[in-house]
Amino acid sequence: MLGFFTSSPVQTALAVSAGAAIVSAVIGVFTIIRGQSFAGHALADISSAGGAAAYLVGVSPMLGFLGVAVIGAGALEVLGVKRAAERDLVTGIVLGAGLGLTALLLYFDVTARSTTGAAVSVMFGSMFAIPPAIVVPALLIGAGAVGATGLIYRPLLLCAAAPELAAVAGVSPRLIGFLHLLILALAVTLSAMTVGAILSTALLIGPAAAALRLTRQAGAAIALAAGIGLVSAWGGIALAYESYGWTPGRTWPVSFFIVTIVFAFYLLSGLRARAA
Amino acid sequence: MLTAPALAVNNLSVSLGGREVLRDISFALAPGEFCGLIGANGSGKTTLLRTILGFEAPSAGTISGQGRGFAGYVPQKFSPDPDMPLRARDFVELGLTGSKLGLPLPNKARKAAVEAMLAAVDATGYADQRIGSLSGGQLQRVLIAHALIRRPKLLFLDEPLASLDLRAIAEVVDLLRRLAREQKIAILISAHDMNPLLGVMDQIVYLAHGRAATGATSDVVRTEVLSRLYGYHIDVIRVHGRILVVAAGEHDHGRPHVEAIP
Repeated sequence: MLGFFTSSPVQTALAVSAGAAIVSAVIGVFTIIRGQSFAGHALADISSAGGAAAYLVGVSPMLGFLGVAVIGAGALEVLGVKRAAERDLVTGIVLGAGLGLTALLLYFDVTARSTTGAAVSVMFGSMFAIPPAIVVPALLIGAGAVGATGLIYRPLLLCAAAPELAAVAGVSPRLIGFLHLLILALAVTLSAMTVGAILSTALLIGPAAAALRLTRQAGAAIALAAGIGLVSAWGGIALAYESYGWTPGRTWPVSFFIVTIVFAFYLLSGLRARAA
Repeated sequence: MLTAPALAVNNLSVSLGGREVLRDISFALAPGEFCGLIGANGSGKTTLLRTILGFEAPSAGTISGQGRGFAGYVPQKFSPDPDMPLRARDFVELGLTGSKLGLPLPNKARKAAVEAMLAAVDATGYADQRIGSLSGGQLQRVLIAHALIRRPKLLFLDEPLASLDLRAIAEVVDLLRRLAREQKIAILISAHDMNPLLGVMDQIVYLAHGRAATGATSDVVRTEVLSRLYGYHIDVIRVHGRILVVAAGEHDHGRPHVEAIP
């Protein structure tokens, strides 16, 4: 186990995944209470096109994820409609278009540049292959996202609970909604780097959903969600590291362990919530 | 009116989707005045309130008054999700701080203001429950506290009595009367049934077909006035201290057809 903490890929994975888990859990609470889980999932999936494009042109995948996630947030805002059913429709259509683009770019990645691992990396993450140079910018993005959430914490809560009352108090629910999407794009960038674009939803929604079942207060829910996210991420990395001995010569995918631990937390929170 | 009005609506008309919903509405509210906005469903009550609040744009007329732009609002439809992580006390506090930036740091004066507001609407007993778990009457009180904690001079309530039982109606009306008197808050409250408000209204704005008759209840709720407003014969009947507004229609299968208008 000593090798675990001295291994450089593990250290990088621990740092970046901590940022991803905490940021996702914090903004995830607002994503759930705003009823925008599907938009969060769509944004993550769309960002895969950026990751795939980054492999093709040879820049950091993080730049790709970030760029496309922010553009996706803008698209959802521009196309944004008030009615919930229509919003899901628009989200689904944008999501479909984004994934179609990903399919094309990944095809070029594999055929033109013979980067065979790109598809798996983009979609399902490659935690132990994160370049150490990413750590500082990733943590800066994370700090920015958490800071921005803290800054608009109370307008976010009021807009989630009662948008009309927020408007009466002088808050623009539309502006707050757009800022929420932008912060969501930052969270998605980090989680796409760690567990992959497709599995980002698990880090975004899972810990927050479990936490919301266990507490009555927003602040407590956010702290609890961050804790659950962090334990899931680090626990997943430790188990993946251990798995090297289970099937000799191969480590199981970290993403599998992280997502499974998140799922277990969610199931357990259901038992606890029912008992309470 | 000697003092500056808290709210003045002059010759207001509103069209929604090309249809004129309100036409030539005028009335004024003095500070501390209790005004009932009465009319059947679809008569334009919610549109009038939403226009005064700035959610809809008038097609003609003006809205002014010292209380405008700093008004409290209790919306008709508010059913928070059971999972919304806000206790009643958190929601009341957001009435004071919901537009502020930064994290909510503990503040003794603010905490005391929230406690006092919860006590003023008799909501202390369920202050720690999630807003999504409250009953209709409890939620109304919490919404009123959320609206009033900023100390507005105007309070708009959209059908706050509609989903309440008789006892809760009496309690909420009594609470509103107390607030209007003690804190000089002008109140504009919409309702499809005027009867629970008869004892407290200083003024009535009676809406029918997008037009309004305004004034003291005894001057407005009369057979001639409402018949003119509706455009057909209306009977105003007073029984046991209640007012029934009925339209006597055609005889239907030999029986008199009486339609009660709220």
